[in-house]
Amino acid sequence: MKGVAGSKESNDCLITIESSNETKIEINSIVGAFFYDQIYSTIENTLKNENITDVHVIVEDKGALDYTIKSRLLTAIERMREDV
Amino acid sequence: MFRSLLFIPGNNPSMIQNADIFMADGIIFDLEDAVSISEKNNARNLIKHYLDNSSVLPKQVVLRVNSFGSEWFIKDLEILKTKKVNYLLVPKLDYESLNTISSFLSDFEEKEKLEETKIIALVETAKGITEMSLFAQNNRLMGVLLGAEDLTNDLEIKRTETSLEIFYARSQVIYFCRANNLIAIDTPYTDINNIDGLKTDCKYAYGLGMKAKAAIHPNQLEIINDIFSPTKEEIEWAKAIIKLSEENPEKGAFQYRGKMIDKPIIERAKKIIQKAEIFNLL
Repeated sequence: MKGVAGSKESNDCLITIESSNETKIEINSIVGAFFYDQIYSTIENTLKNENITDVHVIVEDKGALDYTIKSRLLTAIERMREDV
Repeated sequence: MFRSLLFIPGNNPSMIQNADIFMADGIIFDLEDAVSISEKNNARNLIKHYLDNSSVLPKQVVLRVNSFGSEWFIKDLEILKTKKVNYLLVPKLDYESLNTISSFLSDFEEKEKLEETKIIALVETAKGITEMSLFAQNNRLMGVLLGAEDLTNDLEIKRTETSLEIFYARSQVIYFCRANNLIAIDTPYTDINNIDGLKTDCKYAYGLGMKAKAAIHPNQLEIINDIFSPTKEEIEWAKAIIKLSEENPEKGAFQYRGKMIDKPIIERAKKIIQKAEIFNLL
């Protein structure tokens, strides 16, 4: 199962989430040097709140704010759940 | 009260995160026409989390939902739970859909313990225009926005630079709103790069009696705000009238610069000052 949401436009991020045998979070961000931990934490907390484990999440970030990252991840999760 | 309302596409993070710094008196977060079918859920999630998490929001938040009866309408209403939406802009509204939506909203608000949501009617069909007088019974209504692009599509006529084809619709909106103490909001001017055309269109609509105008680009806001605001001369005139009126409370009518001033003129002066206060023009 796989879900994708967002874009590679400025201030946005493209998030891909896919079933996996372990949880893995991969972040490629233009502001990663400053905000990697914050982005990681946003992804980790959102997965936890949604009770999701064993997924591979790829974040391609173009400077998105926290709420944008969270909303894109939630949409990607919705799409993954629909992708049966 | 507002002069300008800026449409922002609901799936555009760059514009959304700057929504509070634009010169608009209100922002319309658009989940309808500006969002493709495949991105409806993406836009809805983005707006919801923006409203929930941003410490600074626009002065007035308007949410344009998808039309009643569409598969997205009920999901769009979930955003009301943020309690940050001032007005719901409902597209293609007519009498029947307004009543059905109101009833639906009442149940939703009771269930979610929300305050009554006010509605701006987006009137953009011949049916909506002809049924507008019936809208007055609805307490939720606070304004009407004329949607000329869809209206002219409905009428199967062309939109032109003169806008003569929407004169009747504009007049209907203006007279209905004035009679019912609602805000008449003019249709956006869609030729983004035509500044002179925008000025002409604003002056014409304002002259007819429109009280605000929707914008589709931030560059349109300065002109709209300027034309839909009282001028310096009007404000000075209004101040003088109110001062004279307060100094002569026993007089029903008096003269100012050779012209007779009576109750309707004094009321007009008060409205100008009220607007000037709201828009920080004093």
